[in-house]
Amino acid sequence: MSRSRVTEAELHGYLDGELTPPERARVEALVAEDAETAQRLGEYRNLVEVLRERYDGVLDEPVPQRLMSVAPAATRRASRVLLRCAAVVAWLALGGLAGWHLHGMQAREDRAAAPSWAHRAAVAHIVYSPEVRHPVEVGADQEAHLVAWLSKRLGAPLRIPKLGGIGYSLVGGRLLPGDRGPAAQFMYQDAQGQRLTLYVRTNQEQSKETAFRFAQDGNVRIFYWIDRGLGLALSGEIDKEELLRVATAAYQQLNP
Amino acid sequence: MGVHGNKHFLMRVGSRKNLQEAPLNEFSARVQELIPRLRRYARALTGERSAADDLVQDTLERAWNKLHLWRDGSDLRAWLFTIMHNVHVNQVRSRAASATVSLDDEAADAPVRPTQSDMLEVRDIDTALARLSVHQREVLLLVALERMSYDETARTLGIPIGTVMSRLARGRERLRFVLAGETSPATLKVVK
Repeated sequence: MSRSRVTEAELHGYLDGELTPPERARVEALVAEDAETAQRLGEYRNLVEVLRERYDGVLDEPVPQRLMSVAPAATRRASRVLLRCAAVVAWLALGGLAGWHLHGMQAREDRAAAPSWAHRAAVAHIVYSPEVRHPVEVGADQEAHLVAWLSKRLGAPLRIPKLGGIGYSLVGGRLLPGDRGPAAQFMYQDAQGQRLTLYVRTNQEQSKETAFRFAQDGNVRIFYWIDRGLGLALSGEIDKEELLRVATAAYQQLNP
Repeated sequence: MGVHGNKHFLMRVGSRKNLQEAPLNEFSARVQELIPRLRRYARALTGERSAADDLVQDTLERAWNKLHLWRDGSDLRAWLFTIMHNVHVNQVRSRAASATVSLDDEAADAPVRPTQSDMLEVRDIDTALARLSVHQREVLLLVALERMSYDETARTLGIPIGTVMSRLARGRERLRFVLAGETSPATLKVVK
């Protein structure tokens, strides 16, 4: 390009407000005498208008709830606990479970991913929560027996959090094969039949990490944590905040 | 449920001392303010509403996962758009096996989303955009819709400013060409 013609860079820079005043003046002077470039500039400018006309309307559309609920909202049902936990949630290991499905029992022990016992909790939830006739081995009507039996099998005194106060009643529980021995699953459901399961295993690792952790596999969300030698995982197909609310209540029940 | 009187619990989970309640609260609100803009960009980038919102959701989830990498005082919009760029490019790469999408500028001569060709008349600009490479589309949209400067665009996409300018020039020229050939003149009347 000769000096007397507008360069590509100048033309686009002019359009996008990237030029200094003297550079703008140069482009304007040259374009005034160059019908072809003036036409092109007009078409480029028109392109920008067409794009904005086509897509700016998205700004006024209501944002779907699924997007608003990704971030822990500041205004919505915001409690101190939720916000504190959100900080922990920021450290979570999303996606770790998806890999489990692919790799089966050869799941890698990735430090960033959810531990294998949390995977087991998720799978146990997926297997038993839809069960209509035999969701549990021992029903809530024999709660004392359930606790005594599972405590004996796990070799640790178990307690079952009472979540009736926040809308989840105990269905019962069952014994499960864990990664290193017996594990227990307690099932709850709300008035609509939405089920949550609390998975309990004895924690052989001397982990000092007691924070809530979060993982997700498809629709199943899991909060898991370590409490006095026990690993606990609460699984459900409900939104993260609601699950956290229940997990918090369960924690408080076990640590009055 | 009582959320009060659980100091013990708070101490246990509140070990991330750099993420106090108030800043997190404010951060969350600022992220939410930017969601409509992320949606606009994603809509233009993907050309489909549900795919766009999936992209936004993946972006937000990733942002919350990477919260520890966020530096207060830096440009939140650029940070989120960078994350969206990375998520999108990864998605495009993982679909690349089907050979219907291309990241490269050079491959843009072929239609990149042939599945949409039947919607030519209804959505001229969508179809025209789909004929750009992903790279060209990104630059074009950040500049046109987000009104980012070349410098902001370069930092957001992690490319040199010269690359921004060349992609923009080629993308615009191609878009002009495609629209001139495939749309009725009425939609392209020159704005004086």
